[in-house]
Formats: sequence, structure tokens, C-alpha cells
Amino acid sequence: MALVAAVRRLAQVSLREYSRKRTAVSWGGRLAAGRSLTSGTHALRSDNKVTVHFINRDGEKIAAKGSPGDSLLDVVINEDLDFDGFGACEGTLACSTCHLIFDDEVYKKLGPVTDEEMDMLDLAYGLTETSRLGCQICLTKSLDGMVARVPESVADIRQTKDEAS
Amino acid sequence: MSGRTLLWTLGKSGWTKRLHEGFSGCGKAFLSSSSPKVCIVGSGPAGFYTAQHLIKARQDVAVDIYERLPVPFGLVRFGVAPDHPEVKNVINTFTQTAKHSRCSFYGNVNVGKDVSVVELQQAYHAIILSYGAEGNRSVGVPGEDLAGVYSAKDFVGWYNGLPSCQELSPDLSCETAVVLGQGNVALDVARILLCPVDVLKQTDITQPALEALAQSQIRRVLIVGRRGPMQVACTIKELREMVNLPDSRPEMVAADFEGVTEALKDLPRPRKRLTELMLKTAVETPGEKEQRRRASASRVWGFRFFRSPVEILAEPGRGRAAGIRLAVSRLEGSGEGARAVLTGDVEDVSCGLVISSIGYKSLPIDPTVPFDSRRAIVPNSNGRVRQATGLYCSGWLKTGPTGVIATTMNNSFDTARSLLEDMDSGTLDVSAAKPGSQSIGALLEKRVGPGHSWRPYLIL
Repeated sequence: MALVAAVRRLAQVSLREYSRKRTAVSWGGRLAAGRSLTSGTHALRSDNKVTVHFINRDGEKIAAKGSPGDSLLDVVINEDLDFDGFGACEGTLACSTCHLIFDDEVYKKLGPVTDEEMDMLDLAYGLTETSRLGCQICLTKSLDGMVARVPESVADIRQTKDEAS
Repeated sequence: MSGRTLLWTLGKSGWTKRLHEGFSGCGKAFLSSSSPKVCIVGSGPAGFYTAQHLIKARQDVAVDIYERLPVPFGLVRFGVAPDHPEVKNVINTFTQTAKHSRCSFYGNVNVGKDVSVVELQQAYHAIILSYGAEGNRSVGVPGEDLAGVYSAKDFVGWYNGLPSCQELSPDLSCETAVVLGQGNVALDVARILLCPVDVLKQTDITQPALEALAQSQIRRVLIVGRRGPMQVACTIKELREMVNLPDSRPEMVAADFEGVTEALKDLPRPRKRLTELMLKTAVETPGEKEQRRRASASRVWGFRFFRSPVEILAEPGRGRAAGIRLAVSRLEGSGEGARAVLTGDVEDVSCGLVISSIGYKSLPIDPTVPFDSRRAIVPNSNGRVRQATGLYCSGWLKTGPTGVIATTMNNSFDTARSLLEDMDSGTLDVSAAKPGSQSIGALLEKRVGPGHSWRPYLIL
């Protein structure tokens, strides 16, 4: 039964009436390439790359490169950036763990947010006016040098949470 | 979904080869007997995220995850709705963790029955209880035991293939179903009850449930709550799915939404968008296309607000539900803290199926573990169990049974951080060698005689 279920899963059609904007990566790439979500064709010329600076939860700035069309989640995965729990649903708009915060200027360049992204973003911890989900932001040359901050996923200051009656 | 899931499922048959290999070796890294050994009870998101964080943070920690069922992943496997397969993608990261050389998964071990927490504490430096909430809150009204009345936990378990729920055989031959509760689980139940069978066919819903739903006569589902539209516990994605459900139309009571428009402007964005969508669906006259769609829909759904169950009514002479008596309430206060106060009026609704979705509930599994029965959680501070050493908790057992996977993830990382702090500071002594799974394995071998289905279950 589990085998049939698994096969069904592989063959299933999206049930949503609205289209989900998936990352620029093919499913085939996911199956073949293990954890990496790369589509498999890397740019041969380095000047086609887009640099993204991530600020991690410790405040460190990490430079990473991706290709135009890669989502920010793709970059995090492909470059093995070590953000705890990032991208749990693997870019399918079913969680809010790829939540990133941008400055106003960059945010304006990121384009419109769909209802579906907004619905999941609404659940993100530490939501701001310039928050987006990394799996929905695709790189373009005009975003070269952009900065994206990985927000805290729990309260910054660890308060003693009293869970006893 | 992912080929990895398929491989893992195929690999399941390989475990029989490992049956007699016992708990040692089996391709895992050899760890010195003095490495800190942690035992996690429960293999749902809480268990796995806690394990993940620990293994990453310290190179010497070994984690053993014990699970009551033969298979891992808890509610990700058995609680997530079949038409939400993307939510189950986390299974991939959990599988990676299980395959890690310093992590081992053992299924079919019932902690509290097959082995006690005290015995685990003798074998491990730290125990993390992450066994979630296997019970459910009872409505506490007469008629709750009638045929045709189920907890959402059991109903969801039924259509998701949870072994203990496969004999449920709910009777779906009535026209109206009432769901008590207005959280995401309530909406999942309503959606699965009304979802066109063609759509369900393409999900991993169980075959018996699919057949039962194909025969279902249910055409109307009421999702009932004690408070008002601005107190619903569901989130917008699930509401949108109801609004967009093929062949279904919404039907709500406009009067329930009095005052909501005025209150919108003060709401934080998530609550505001959710309420706007609900309001629009409930009271606005839709455009022509949507009007036509609604007119041709064969099924109906709607929220009913300000209603509190007082009795489930039986068909005369038969022990099965035929209706539900609801008391009318009004709100005192506003926002999240608003309270429902009974007005004295009642209303009877005919229905043949009642599903109570008012919350899961954790249960105590071992008398030596402190348990707060009022809140149904293990009393703790940042995951450190109170009045205990070397005992921690994560997930719903720690905070109560609400939250999505991401919530549980953060909660679990928090507990892992507490344990790591304690190990680093010396509050928890990890210097003495502990036998870990060697001794527990030996104990289980001796204790559970032939005929018991206990066996080590190793993921490839």
C-alpha cells in the first residue's frame, strides 16, 4: 500500500486551481541531484552570476552566487549555506521557513507578491513590511549585490518560558 | 513526490535482512562508549528536528529515536491532509537525519510499556520526550458516545491510514455533517468530506476512505465555533481552499459578521487578510461567473458562529446521532481573548455525522515524568522538564498541541539549545560512559517474548 501511495505521489497532479509558482528547478533535477535543487545546467561564464549577500542569524555576512532564474532558496541549497531549518517544504509554498528580510530599496525591486505567497508569509515569525519568501524570489542581473537577512526564528532573547501551571 | 520517498518505501523490505543484526554497527559510525548519548522519544517533526539540531551542533553526540509505531514521522505521515503533499516534503530532511551516522531510528518500541523512562535514563545521558499528543479533548456533552460521532483525530487517522483507526468505518449516508471547532484540522476534515472524488483519487488517501467518500451522501458541512469570525483558529491558506473547492458553495449567516468590517483596520495583517476573505465570502455578492459557479454547485459548506454544543441527539430507538443541540453564545471582549458567554437560547441542527475538532491532547506515558494534567503538557522551562535532571521535552508535549511544522521546528531547536547549554556548562554530566541502545536493545530482547512484533526498524 505504501508503495502504491508513493507511486501515486510521484504521478499526482497539482490539486490547486491557481498555479503554484515553483522555483526555476525541474522535478527531474530534484530526483537526480539529491538534496541540491539545481536544474543541472550551470552557467559557464562567471559574469552571468548574480551575487547575493546573506546575513545569517549570527549577524555574519555571507556572499553567495547564483544564476539568473535561480530562487534565493536554490542559492541557499546549492551553496550549502547553513541556515537551520531553511526551506522545509522545498519551495512549494507550504511553509514559511525560507522567510527573508530586505531593505526598502531591494524590496521594491522584487516584484509583486502573489496571494499564495502572502498567505504563507503571514505565518512567518518576525514578519516585516519588507519580508518575502526566498523560494519565490528569482535572481536577475539587476539584483546583483542584493542583501538578504535571515531573521530569527524564535525570540531573540531567550526568556524563561514558564510552562508549568 | 520525491524519488527518495519511493526508494525509502522500497527499502522497507530490506529491514528484514537486518532483523538479527541487533542494535550495534549496521553501517553506522563506531562511537566511543564515552560519547554523549541522547534518547528521543517520538519520531514526528519534534523528534527529528531536535535530533537534527543536536547532531549538527556537536560532533560527539549520538541520538537514538524511539517510536511506538513501526514507521516514523508521526503526524507528518498521519495528520497532514492527503491533498497537502508538499507539507510532507519535510520527510526528506528527516530521512537525511535518520541516515546520519550518529542517528538511529527504532520503531515498534512503546516507551512506558516496553521500557520505562527510568530505564532509558540509566542508558542515556539525556532523554527528550517528543511524543506529541495522541489523545483528543472531549466535548464533554451527552451523546458523545453515539455512533456517528468521532474525534477529528480519529477521522483524520482513518483517511490517512493510521493503523489504529482503520476500523472506523464512518457512516457517510447522511446529508449534513457538523464539525465542531474552526481550526485548520476542522477545515481539513470539511474539505476532505466535500472534495470531489476525482481530486481525492490523485492523493495518497487510503483506498477504503476513498471508496467510502465516493459513496458519501454528505452534501452539507457546517463548521461550528463558540466565538465569532475574528476568533477562528484556522489560517488563510486553508480558508482559501474551501472558497475555491470545486462544486461547493459557501453559505453563512450575514448577521454573524456584524461589526467585523469596522474592526478590520485595527487588525494585524495576517488576521486582517483572513477576516477579509471570510467576510467577502460570507456577505459579498459575487461576480457573475462566481454566481453561476455557486448556483451549479452540489455541495454546501459554511462557518456557524456563536454556537456551543450542549447535547448530541440520538435517533429515537437507535444509538446513533441524528442531530446536535447548540447553545447560542455572544462575545464578551474582543480579539484573541474574547470569551463566549451563553445567552440561554438553543438551536437544534439535524445531522448524521459529528466530528469534534477541538484539539489534540497529550497523555502522560510514565508515572515518573511530571505532567500538568490541566494543560496536558509536561511542565518545563525552555524544554527542560521541571523537577527532573536529564529530562527534556519538545514539540506539542512541551507547548500544547497547536502550531504548524515550522512552529514545532523552532520549538525543537529551542529544546536542543537548552540541552546543548547544559552539556557545555556541565549542568548535565556527560563524562560517564553510558551504554545507550546496547543495553536497551538487550532489555527489549529479553522482555518482549516471541510473538511480539517488536523489531528494530532501520532506514536504508
